[in-house]
Amino acid sequence: MNISSILFYAISALILGAGILAVTSVKIFRAAIWLLFSLVGIAALYFWMQVEFIAAIQIVVYVGGIVVLIIFSIFLTQNSGKEMVKPAIGKVIFSALAALLGTAFVYNLIVHYEGFKYISAKPFNSNVEEIGTQMLSTTSYGFILPFEAVSMLLLAAMVGCIVIAMRPNNEVETNTINKTENN
Amino acid sequence: MNMQEIPLTQILFVSTALFFIGMYGLFTRRNLITMLMSIELMLNSVNINFIAFNKYLFPDKLDGLFFTLFIITIAAAEAAVAIAIIINLYRSHNSIDVEDATEMKY
Repeated sequence: MNISSILFYAISALILGAGILAVTSVKIFRAAIWLLFSLVGIAALYFWMQVEFIAAIQIVVYVGGIVVLIIFSIFLTQNSGKEMVKPAIGKVIFSALAALLGTAFVYNLIVHYEGFKYISAKPFNSNVEEIGTQMLSTTSYGFILPFEAVSMLLLAAMVGCIVIAMRPNNEVETNTINKTENN
Repeated sequence: MNMQEIPLTQILFVSTALFFIGMYGLFTRRNLITMLMSIELMLNSVNINFIAFNKYLFPDKLDGLFFTLFIITIAAAEAAVAIAIIINLYRSHNSIDVEDATEMKY
């Protein structure tokens, strides 16, 4: 048991504990903060696996972007101090049973699969230069086509978000009329 | 360096447990934002799998890293669209509970 494995168990405990609290907490704002801790733990796991670039992306996009977006939407739509309705006890029992059985089943498959026991001894090179060269390369094993497709997807998602969340025009006009009438 | 100490199956156990924690949240929560949070947990467990397979089984390639990068991108787009829908739903129904939005159920 050296320091590396102790670190791994600590990071795993953080990820799973914060994850469980994120799905069981009755206050929605606390659930969001536990989700934040879980995502930070996953970034730590990436650092532990020495894929620093993915860890940085995880922190920038998930912790800095998605969780902040979720917290904003909680403030816009919820009374964040209020406790949420607890799920029915039967539903909790059967969901927990399903999750436990699923974990046991999949872990049983993983443990008995032989291919996972022979890990490759080749060196792992994941510096940013390698990633950038391969991502923008047009030869085989280059990822330029999915890169362009995903950039189109991001543009479409951005436009779609603005269109969906925009207040319709007639609603704005009615509100202004109501305000003038009140005055 | 740390590969001899921790076998791949233990990392896969973490990601499996995280996936089923997310599934439990998806089953028990009735609030759209918390359901979105459960989906984020499930997507992250898949990302751990890709990175672990890439590092342990195919260290001379980088394909798992690219899959993770694209999944993170798509998850960001998905979260943004989902929150736009949630805000629109809140505006029309004054609630983001899934039980209150049943117009298209039947």
